[in-house]
Amino acid sequence: MNRSSEMTSQFRRKLKSDAMIAVTAVATLLAVVPLFLVLGYLVSKGASSLNLNFFTQMPKPVGEHGGGMANAIVGTFELVGMACLIGVPVGIGAGLYLAEHPLTSVARAIRFAADITMGVPSIVVGIFAYAVVVRPMHGFSALAGSFALAVIMIPLITRTTEEMVKLVPRELREAALALGVPRWRTSLSIVVPTAMTGVATGVILAIARIAGETAPLLFTSFGNQFWSTSVTQPIASLTVQVYAFAISPFADWQRQAWAGALVLTCIVLALEIGVRWMTRGAARVPR
Amino acid sequence: MADKLICRNLNAYFSRGQVQALTNVNLNVGVNLVTAIIGPSGCGKSTLVRCLNRMHEEVPGASAVGEVLLDGDDIYAAGLDPAQIRRRIGMVFQKPAPFPTMSIAENVAAGLRLNSARLSRAERDEIVERSLHNAALWEEVKDRLDAPGVSLSGGQQQRLCVARALAVEPEVLLMDEPCSALDPISTARIEELLLELKERYTIVIVTHNMQQAARTSDYTAFMYNGELVEFGGTKQIFTNPTRPETEDYITGRFG
Amino acid sequence: MNVTQPQHTNRQYEEELRGLRAGLIKMGGLVESQITEAVEALVERDSVHARTVIERDAEVNRMDIETDGRCINLLALHQPAASDLRFITTGLKITTDLERIGDNAVNICERALELNEEPQLKPYIDIPRMASIAQTMVKDSLDAFMRNDTTLAEQVIARDDEVDLLNYQIYRELLSFMAEDPHTIGVATRVLFVSKYLERIADHATNIAEMVVYMVEGKNIKHMDPKHEQPS
Repeated sequence: MNRSSEMTSQFRRKLKSDAMIAVTAVATLLAVVPLFLVLGYLVSKGASSLNLNFFTQMPKPVGEHGGGMANAIVGTFELVGMACLIGVPVGIGAGLYLAEHPLTSVARAIRFAADITMGVPSIVVGIFAYAVVVRPMHGFSALAGSFALAVIMIPLITRTTEEMVKLVPRELREAALALGVPRWRTSLSIVVPTAMTGVATGVILAIARIAGETAPLLFTSFGNQFWSTSVTQPIASLTVQVYAFAISPFADWQRQAWAGALVLTCIVLALEIGVRWMTRGAARVPR
Repeated sequence: MADKLICRNLNAYFSRGQVQALTNVNLNVGVNLVTAIIGPSGCGKSTLVRCLNRMHEEVPGASAVGEVLLDGDDIYAAGLDPAQIRRRIGMVFQKPAPFPTMSIAENVAAGLRLNSARLSRAERDEIVERSLHNAALWEEVKDRLDAPGVSLSGGQQQRLCVARALAVEPEVLLMDEPCSALDPISTARIEELLLELKERYTIVIVTHNMQQAARTSDYTAFMYNGELVEFGGTKQIFTNPTRPETEDYITGRFG
Repeated sequence: MNVTQPQHTNRQYEEELRGLRAGLIKMGGLVESQITEAVEALVERDSVHARTVIERDAEVNRMDIETDGRCINLLALHQPAASDLRFITTGLKITTDLERIGDNAVNICERALELNEEPQLKPYIDIPRMASIAQTMVKDSLDAFMRNDTTLAEQVIARDDEVDLLNYQIYRELLSFMAEDPHTIGVATRVLFVSKYLERIADHATNIAEMVVYMVEGKNIKHMDPKHEQPS
């Protein structure tokens, strides 16, 4: 190849490379822009309604000015909290079992069930919770809502726990066994703590997911205009409240819906960013 | 000299008996000596050593048949708890694996703590210091015992694993290619350590590095294809081996 | 090196080992001819021939250094074990013995040059016989090395006694010459030296043979001969 044709082909290669970089840059922008658009829109529409009242007051009847979503915010926390109480131990336990005994038929069944459940639409989960909890209790309740959220949460936690525990190197397990530590103790005291950061990440991501669920709560916790933290009574939640206010014809309520949506988004964002920050340098799994 | 470990007709299998990894191995490991096991890849040397502390059966589908006598008692006798055996026969692996959630001191004491030993703070510190001394690591870490175990260099981590194994006071120490992942200086330190350790423990070391076996061991076993081909004093094996297979392997005639 | 064994996987190592063997054999051949020619120069009273042999010793010394170097390199770079190790250390020692044999041949030539200035005392009979045995021993020990033949090596070791006996005979004969006529002392002592040099050559051949046994069998049989009553 002589000098000039070498240079032409080199130039062509550079051109191709630059073109590809441009294409991928545009694609990245297209992927990222909606996030900023949504956030920007939310902020512009909702920020003005964020004041102390919003966080401390109950919704006022139509026509009256002011009011807030205090009950909904507390309700979301209560629902998510109770869902965690049910879902986290069950999910981690199942995930641990799958990781330690991956090939038994029970394990295969669990994995199959988890995968299927993850694909069920959340509204169907809500209907299921209605049939199983609301009907026998003869009423909507926070318990039913937590139950529905837990059903969504458990397969997520199970799968991430399984993956994280599997990532713990075989050498650590073997080193513990070789010290004469029984198998159950090895799992509990060595494997699980080592996988803990990853497992915690999975739990927080599951929380972020259920915090934003609306459909399953429609037929279970239903919503409540008044202050209630009782487990056996209907309870308000941010998601349902935002939905209810948004489709209402009242400008005041719609304004508050924007604010509620902004708060919800901020909570979810905070959880996600928190997870990233937490795992930024920690020795989550040894090299 | 008495024999610490005696293997009699040891056979080992994988995949529920379909693959035979060891065939009728008979081996006598002398007390307070370093015995090296050499051989080409896949000859079964790691499998053999893992049968000596019943780690082999931890692999799903793996099994072992035969006798391994520790001071005359068969460790494969029915009803024995493998975990108990492993407290008398310790093991250090090829890849240093300090527990990442624990500090240096916690790592060393891990074997004791997880075996529900009731130790006072002072007892624990004494054992940690003694074990780190025995592993020739004390001087380097005595000022940072609370630093994470994984913050040490590769060679130091491996010595930490040795200290951890020694803390439970085993009688035998098995080492499965302990220097394979280390640089020459760390390797030399560990080899030097073996000379000190053998005064108190019986050591079996698996190595694919023939010169390491020649440097460090008193007895050498040559394995090929799952069988123990030759066993004898290291000097004799490396100057005048009896079997032609041993001669070929040692002189680099791999065919 | 046993030719029935498979080759070394490392080809360079295999070639260097062969090179070492070839070098040793070549040096042996040269030394053998030095002995032959030295004795010829002595018996035929040929000073020119003697000087040629003396000059050729430089080549023997050069080969000694070269072979030494080869052995050291092999030890340093390849960490030989078992039969290879015995072969290489045998090589190191054989080189030394061969070089000494060469020096002894040179010494014979130097005495020959001196003896050629004087009339002969008597015709040489025992000296050539001793020389012939010593030469055969050297040749046989090198053949044993080449063929890994311990039987031949042991035969060489056994013949050393013959040479020692001849040496003693010559000594007695020359002693009587010197006792009868003191004027013969100059010539007689020089002939005595030649006998000594030949006896030394035989000893070196024995050393080589003993090393061959070690190389092949791993047994060190040096200093084990019960028949030697006086140290050589």
